[in-house]
Amino acid sequence: MANHSNINDEKREFYKSRNKQEMKMQVYTFVMMIAFTLVAFGLVLAEVDAMFTIPIILVLAGVQVLFQLYYFMHMNTAGHEWPAAMIYSGIFAAALTVLALATIVWW
Amino acid sequence: MADDMLKSGNLPEHPERATLEGSNKFMGFWFFLGGETVLFASLFGTFLALRNSNAEGPAREDVFGLGLVFIMTIILLTSSLTSVYAMYHMRNHSFKKMQLWLGVTVALGLAFLGFEIYEFVHYVHDYEFGFRTSAFGSAFYTLVGFHGAHVAFGLLWFITLMIRNNKRGLNLYNAPKFYIASLYWHFIDVVWVFIFTVVYLMGMV
Repeated sequence: MANHSNINDEKREFYKSRNKQEMKMQVYTFVMMIAFTLVAFGLVLAEVDAMFTIPIILVLAGVQVLFQLYYFMHMNTAGHEWPAAMIYSGIFAAALTVLALATIVWW
Repeated sequence: MADDMLKSGNLPEHPERATLEGSNKFMGFWFFLGGETVLFASLFGTFLALRNSNAEGPAREDVFGLGLVFIMTIILLTSSLTSVYAMYHMRNHSFKKMQLWLGVTVALGLAFLGFEIYEFVHYVHDYEFGFRTSAFGSAFYTLVGFHGAHVAFGLLWFITLMIRNNKRGLNLYNAPKFYIASLYWHFIDVVWVFIFTVVYLMGMV
């Protein structure tokens, strides 16, 4: 009986420390995301040339989204193969939609 | 003799996916998010196509204010982090702390919504820039309005869950519900990242 609860306590300790590690990564991710946001706003406020800022802020946005997906939405943990497939298919269809609409409509 | 899994004291490690119902909800919701991605893509595409169709109304540079958008972005990003804190506490089986952080998330979300409503009212009153002013107006309000509606729905979802489950504590029945609601909240932050980049930043560049 005592052994059983010892093992449970150990398991609990292990999971607690693993959750803590994950949480630390998530706070780092948050700080990176704030930094990216600041850079994006900074580029626009500094009135850097459009040809330069637009691709950069789009890339920054894309990376921020990947951070959200992988770290905040736990897509980096086990058992997320199907969710990843679904989201990437969504992104694929989304990219096609945006391209189509942005090129077809011109008035 | 088996420990009662439904009671808080004996929760497994990932309570949100431990039951068949939980993992079905988890899969189903990611599928739904894939679909929502395409929904917002069609609104983004329309906005990109019509962003310069100003009729006789104001253009993007005339109306957008980056200060307000910056504050809104920081608020929403922080609320995404606080919802992660809530899930962290859920994974550690501390119900009260999870409720606390969900409460903070809701407060931040309400602040965001307040700012957005102020922004829309400001545009309509001070610039006469409304839904019917121009094609740009329609596209803008549809896209940003849809996002705002998602925020409002997410807030209602959290608030309902918090009130409904306040006396139950954490168990295998409500853990998936909290987790799914928090995934939804992250998703609307994802959409906002693209909104502030494509709509506001690209509008003021």
